[in-house]
Amino acid sequence: MNNQRRSVLKTGSGAALLSMLAAAGLIKPGMALAEWNKAAFDAKSMADTLKALGISQPADSKDVQITGPDIAENGAVVPVGVTSAIPGTTMMAILIDKNPNALAASFTLPEGTEANVQTRVKMGQTSNVYALVKAGDKYYTATKEIKVTLGGCGG
Amino acid sequence: MATKPMRIRAAAKDGVTEVKALIAHEMETGQRKDANGAVIPAWFITELSVSHNGKVVLASEFGTAVSKNPYLAFKFKGGATGDKVAVSWKDNKGESRTDEVAIG
Repeated sequence: MNNQRRSVLKTGSGAALLSMLAAAGLIKPGMALAEWNKAAFDAKSMADTLKALGISQPADSKDVQITGPDIAENGAVVPVGVTSAIPGTTMMAILIDKNPNALAASFTLPEGTEANVQTRVKMGQTSNVYALVKAGDKYYTATKEIKVTLGGCGG
Repeated sequence: MATKPMRIRAAAKDGVTEVKALIAHEMETGQRKDANGAVIPAWFITELSVSHNGKVVLASEFGTAVSKNPYLAFKFKGGATGDKVAVSWKDNKGESRTDEVAIG
């Protein structure tokens, strides 16, 4: 009898703990996002990044724009924006050619979100910065060279 | 280590909501060295998502090249004054944080 009571106590507290964790926000049902793409972010060069993302030959497009300063005095904080005028844009990414890892950030855009994202990135040195945009099954790019007077990745 | 609150602004205008977020995070690249020449381990946000009334409006993945205290601005269709906009992030050490604001 005693044994049974013990096991009831055990299972009872286990379920309570689970719901407590959920309440505390440690377990978030439905919050699971796509797994962070380690291969793509670890890739050193532009070519390797594209390969890790499974992209063969993105086409240059005038409908994609990358905005940023021509000269960044401080490479640690470089404002960069990507806009796409291509209908059905679902993904945008920022790649910095000469950084240790080319891929800086990628954004997935659900329907209703405008293809216009601004952020700030670090740049180790003067480099071409690429905007990579996915619309439908196709990939498009735009390039801008940003000159850096003081690198933001060394130290 | 305790995480610091984000600063989020969300403003609705003509049926479009503009979200601006400033996230407090070190975003250490793992390439810098301290005064003794020891490498400072990488510590950066890997995933960040923004939701409007529980529906994801932006999902992003960050690498180490995103600047310290990341800034993010974007717009989505819909949203009315009083709606909730929540920003959640997760870093490579497994820490996470969610902050929520009402659209103003």
